[in-house]
Amino acid sequence: MEKKTLTLWVLSLFLLVLKTSNSLEEGLESTRMHDYAKYHPMEEIYTWMEEVERGNPELVSSAVYGRTYEGSNITLLKLGLENPEGKEKKVIWVDCGIHAREWIAPAFCQWFVKEIVHSYKTNKKLEQMLQNLDVYVTPVVNVDGYIFTWANESTRLWRKSRSDPPPNSSCYGVDLNRNFNANWGTVGVSFDSCQNNYCGKAAGSEPEAKAVMDFVGKMVNQTLCFLTIHSAGQLILLPYGHPQITAPNYDELVAVGEAAAAEMKNVHGMGYTVGTSPQILYANSGSSRDWARLIGIPFSYTFELRDKGEFSHLLPEEQIQPACEEAYAGALSIIANVHDKTFNSGTRPNAAVSGVAMGILTIMVVSFTAGVKV
Amino acid sequence: MCVLQLTIMSLRIIIVLAVFTGVTGSPSVTVRPEADSVYVTAHPNSVPETGEETGFFGKLEVLVEDETEEDMMATGELNPNHYPAQRAAKVVQHYLNTRYGSPYRLLGLQRVHSGNAEDVEDSGRKYQLEISVQEMIGNTTEKCSAEVLFPRGEGQRSPQVQASCEQLLKVNNTAQEEALYKLFKTNQSLLSAQNLPDSYGHIEPDMKPLWHLSIVASSAVMLNESTENTLYNMAQVANITQLATENDQVKFDCHVLLHEMVSQEIIHWKLLFTWSPPEGVKVLQMEQLPHCHDCEKPPNTN
Repeated sequence: MEKKTLTLWVLSLFLLVLKTSNSLEEGLESTRMHDYAKYHPMEEIYTWMEEVERGNPELVSSAVYGRTYEGSNITLLKLGLENPEGKEKKVIWVDCGIHAREWIAPAFCQWFVKEIVHSYKTNKKLEQMLQNLDVYVTPVVNVDGYIFTWANESTRLWRKSRSDPPPNSSCYGVDLNRNFNANWGTVGVSFDSCQNNYCGKAAGSEPEAKAVMDFVGKMVNQTLCFLTIHSAGQLILLPYGHPQITAPNYDELVAVGEAAAAEMKNVHGMGYTVGTSPQILYANSGSSRDWARLIGIPFSYTFELRDKGEFSHLLPEEQIQPACEEAYAGALSIIANVHDKTFNSGTRPNAAVSGVAMGILTIMVVSFTAGVKV
Repeated sequence: MCVLQLTIMSLRIIIVLAVFTGVTGSPSVTVRPEADSVYVTAHPNSVPETGEETGFFGKLEVLVEDETEEDMMATGELNPNHYPAQRAAKVVQHYLNTRYGSPYRLLGLQRVHSGNAEDVEDSGRKYQLEISVQEMIGNTTEKCSAEVLFPRGEGQRSPQVQASCEQLLKVNNTAQEEALYKLFKTNQSLLSAQNLPDSYGHIEPDMKPLWHLSIVASSAVMLNESTENTLYNMAQVANITQLATENDQVKFDCHVLLHEMVSQEIIHWKLLFTWSPPEGVKVLQMEQLPHCHDCEKPPNTN
């Protein structure tokens, strides 16, 4: 090769490397600058997702897996590391913001990603789990509804999607968490489009719900755990929402749920009640949690985060950090339990609580709450 | 920061070196189909799930007994964490706030310890509860015994509550209340506020007493409207305006948003109420406002 050409090659390569590492640095910088203790409008969340991906390419990738009614992207972040033995990765699903007004939920998804990004290199257990699991996180499922709650003070408490009114109605939106294909339209729903638990015209009629079902449906055989994050009430709900239907692994779901609630209480003393929706809240059908359990995902939970009625959905920003810290402990408890059942099979009795996982978790939680600078 | 920059630098060097030594490609990944790890155990009460093969996995063929909602209500000893006891206990919270609430005393249901329900012939359904209640401003907790009777029969009647708490009135707020009362009575311009809390959950410290007063006034509505099928909390004060003081009572007109958890609806109420330290909060008028669905047109988005 001519000397001139070689020099040109080296130069362009060097510039490319420079650009890549610059954006890496930028990405890492901006995720550190993103204020996780504040609520963010959708544009900022989209930007943040790009930055997290750009800043952590070895861990984070993104995917657009659907479009909302108004045409916005439904985007997820996939967190995972290469498996050193090339084994097939299992899947954990976490979604936030199915209900527009539950702002603490998208805040938690951002917090969840941030914690993993900032700690996986120094936490052996987390690193191991990420080598075995891909964690799919959707910060906002109901993008249209979320954007609507930011429009002005009078729209803040909107719950549903923003689909057009059906014929003979002037009321917008469908309760996406009543639209999933799980005993759709049977209980805890309304067929009146003006109501807040309107279940839509058919199961999966809404593009947001359909997007989740299509995407997760393709990976159902690898999916171990489905967590859907909501507020409020401080509850951990297990399937099913129908009062006469019980999940085959009910006892185990309770045990894993109770272990999570115990971890959550350890963080800031807040109590979370564990049970099925008909037991501790109300009967309902068509929820994402029920759909996930129904198609065979063994562990499926709805998290209802803070609080218990003082502020309800208008949770003050100064509670974002503590709410997310305890939710993180709970989510990780479930993920670790599910992971250990699957990947350390034969070394554990049927009891759901993994002593080692709990011990490591406690260390993790303590170190996080002991002033992790954001 | 230094570590970061060092890492980036060494990364750059490695990349350059790697390019020169011609290392390429990503490790190959073989996907070995693994045994189905879906954990399924036979649970005595479980219903076998229809699988994807039928294509109708959204529906379960289940024999659902034809039960009325009343039959499904638990009788006798209640699980304190389950919704029947929790809903009844929330009614006690509303009752306690109407009786004892003030700008500096606000009660919140903290826990239900035990509960019991029984049908009372020709009357309705009576709940007996042992609960813990938290005074939210001073952050003290105390135990209460309470009875809630949800009436059955003709007409909309509110639940009837009896409650005795160990030491509810022992905390002395008199000085603060008198100071606030004086402020309300003598200020030059009548107070007014909107959106308490705001979209971010924020309330200006000066506005907190108005927020507390609104919660107390709303508790009268929430108490009246409660049934075994509701769970009310006040979500937000849309608007509160002070009116002229009358008979030594400071007077307010407010528009509140109540959150009813079971239906997940936001219900708008207009309230006219008075307050003074000796008399407490008295609701003079309450009116439910119809929520305008036509108003929720999408804003001009690009």
